Amino acid sequence: MVDSASSAHGDLTLTNLTKSFGEFVAVDDLNLVIPEGSFFALLGPSGCGKTTTLRMVAGLEEPTSGSIAIGKTDFTYEKPYKRPVNTVFQNYALFPHLSIFENIAFGLRRRGVKDVETQVQKALELVELTHLASRKPNQLSGGQQQRIALARAIVNRPALLLLDEPLGALDLKLRRAMQIELKWIQTEVGITFVHVTHDQEEAMTMADTIAVMNEGKIEQMGSPADLYDNPRTAFVANFLGQSNLIKGSIVDSTSDGKIVDIFGSKIGLSASRNHAHDSSVLLGIRPEKIRIAPAGTAMNGNVLQGGTISDASYIGVSTQYQVEMPWGQELMVFEQNDDGTPPLLKGDSVVISWEPVFTFGLAGDQDANAGSEANPDSE
Amino acid sequence: MSTALLHTGGKSKKATLSKKKLLPYWLLAPGIIWLLIFFLVPIYQLISTSTQTQGFGIGTYVQTYRFANFIDAITSSRAQLFRSFEYAFLATAFALVISYPLAYAVAFKSGRWKNTLLVLIVAPFFCSFLLRTVAWEQILGEQGLVIKVLRFLHVLGAQGHLTATPFAVVAGLTYNFLPFMTLPLYASLERIDIRMMEASGDLYANALTTFRRVTFPLSLPGVVAGTLLTFIPAAGDYINAELLGNPQTKMIGNVIEARYLEIVDYPGAAALSLVLMVTILILVMAYVKRAGTEELV
Repeated sequence: MVDSASSAHGDLTLTNLTKSFGEFVAVDDLNLVIPEGSFFALLGPSGCGKTTTLRMVAGLEEPTSGSIAIGKTDFTYEKPYKRPVNTVFQNYALFPHLSIFENIAFGLRRRGVKDVETQVQKALELVELTHLASRKPNQLSGGQQQRIALARAIVNRPALLLLDEPLGALDLKLRRAMQIELKWIQTEVGITFVHVTHDQEEAMTMADTIAVMNEGKIEQMGSPADLYDNPRTAFVANFLGQSNLIKGSIVDSTSDGKIVDIFGSKIGLSASRNHAHDSSVLLGIRPEKIRIAPAGTAMNGNVLQGGTISDASYIGVSTQYQVEMPWGQELMVFEQNDDGTPPLLKGDSVVISWEPVFTFGLAGDQDANAGSEANPDSE
Repeated sequence: MSTALLHTGGKSKKATLSKKKLLPYWLLAPGIIWLLIFFLVPIYQLISTSTQTQGFGIGTYVQTYRFANFIDAITSSRAQLFRSFEYAFLATAFALVISYPLAYAVAFKSGRWKNTLLVLIVAPFFCSFLLRTVAWEQILGEQGLVIKVLRFLHVLGAQGHLTATPFAVVAGLTYNFLPFMTLPLYASLERIDIRMMEASGDLYANALTTFRRVTFPLSLPGVVAGTLLTFIPAAGDYINAELLGNPQTKMIGNVIEARYLEIVDYPGAAALSLVLMVTILILVMAYVKRAGTEELV
C-alpha cells in the first residue's frame, strides 16, 4: 500500500503552489526547494500561509494549483496515508484511547512492519521516555507529550517530517530545552525537518535555512545569520529581531558600495547589502550594532550627531536607549554593560556610530514599519 | 447541626470554611429530596409488595415474606421475559446502525445545517410517545398506504400484514428510542478533535482503518450511553407490543401491566418488576465493565 511512499526520497520541491479559500489567497504561487536532510523553517506571522503550505505537503489540504514532489515522485494529489511524510501536530494529537506504546506503534502497524516492538523501543529511547510506554497520553506532561508526538512520527522514518508549531504549547524554559533537543534529534536521524513557526527565535535556534513568509509569499530565504544581517525587505528586517530604518538617498558610489545621505550625514553602505532599486533607500541598522557616547566624543565609521536620549532602560546585560534624532525619529540603541562606565541618562546629548559593514539598504518605497506589528518582540 | 454552624455567624474564619464545605450538600439537597420521595419510597413499596400474599378480598394483600413469588413470576412469564430482552436487543442494534451514520454526518459533515438537523432529531419529542405509536399503527395497518403498496408490489401476499407482527413491534421500539441513541452518539462524535483523524491519516491509516482504530473507539462513550438509553426503556416497554403486536409478541411490560391492572395481582407485578430491574442492572454492569469506558476521556 505504501511501497511507493517508502521508496521516495530526495529534495522537497514545491512548484507554483497556490491555495485559495474563496477570494482569499492563502498561498500565492510558491516556489521552494527544501534540500534532503536539512532543518528548514517556514517563519511568518499568523495568517501568512505557512500552516496551509504544511498541510498541503501533508496531504490534509488540496492545492488549488501547482505541484508537490519529493525527489522525482509527485505527491500533489496523493492521499495523506500514501505519502512518505509524517507530522508532529500542534497540540500533538496523540490518540487518547491508546497507550504511549500503541501511539508510537500506530504507523508501524498500519504499514505491516515486522519488528514493531524493537522499533518503538528505539524511538522511546531516542526521546528518553522508555519508562512511560504503558501510560495513556493524558497522564503525561506537555513536554512529554511533545516528545511522544515526535517519536510517533520519527519511528516511521519518513522522507520528510513536518512540525506544526511544535513547541507553541510549552512554557519558555521547556521550549528552549526542546529547541536544542529537536535540533540534536534531527542531526541524529538525518530526516528532512520542515518546521512551521511564528517564533523567530525558535526558527533561528533550530533551522539551517529559514524562509520568511508574508501574505502567501516568501519574502526572503536564507541562513539565520544571512536573514538577520542582510534582510532584503522591511518586513524581514522588522519581523526578525528589531531594526532602525531611516529614510535616505544614495548620493555617490565608491569602489565597494554607496554613500547615502540621511538628513545631511553621509553613511557608507556596502554593495552586497544594498537592495534598493534606485536612489531612494531605507537605511537599516540593528540596535545592538550601534555604539553610543556623550556628544563631542570622537567616533569612527558611520557617525550620526545631535541625538538626545529620550528613554533609557537598564536590563542587566545591556542598556536599551531610545535616541531622538534631530529629524524627529527615535532610534533604538542596545549597549552591552561591559565597559564599567555608568549608563547615560535620559536627556543626555549623544553621538552614535556603527561600522559601515553593518549597514543594510532596503528599497525606499516600502512601509518602514512592515512586519513590526507582527513581531512579538517589538511590543 | 448544620443550622448550629450557620448561626455561629460569618465573622469567624472557621464558620465561613464550614459554610463553604456545606455548600455542595445544599446544592445536592433538592435532588436528594426528590430521589428520596420519588425513587426510594416507591422502590421500598415495590420490594415490600413483592413478597405479600392475598388477604381478604380482591386487591388486599398482607406481608407474609413469600419469596416464592419470584419463582412463580419467573416461571409463569419466562417466555415474555426472554422476548423482551430479544426485542430490546434487536431494537438497540437497529437503532445503533441507523443512528451512527446519522450522528456522524451531523457531527462532521453538516456544516451550517447542524442546528437544524439537531432540532429535527429532537422533533418527535414534541408529540407524545403514545400518539406517535398509535399513528404507526394506522400507517402500518390494513387501511394504510404502506400495506397497499407492498401488496401491489407483491412483496406481501393478500393475507400478509404488518401490524400484529414481531417486525412491527421491533420497528416501533427502534423508532421510538432512536433519538436516545442519536443524541449521545452525536455528543461524543462531535467532541472528537478532527486532528485525531488527520493524525491517523498521516500515520498511514486509510479512511476505513481510521474509523475502526480511531473514530469508533473515541466515540465509545456515546455508543455505551446510547445503547443503554435505548436498551433499558425498550426492555421495559409495553406500548409498542400492545399497539403494534399480537398475543404472541407480548413483552414483560405487558405482563406486568396485565397483572397490575387486570388481574389485580400486585405482588406478582411487583416481583416481575424487580426481576426485570435486577436483570437489566446485571446486564448493564457486565456491559459497562466490558466496554471499559471509564478508561476513556
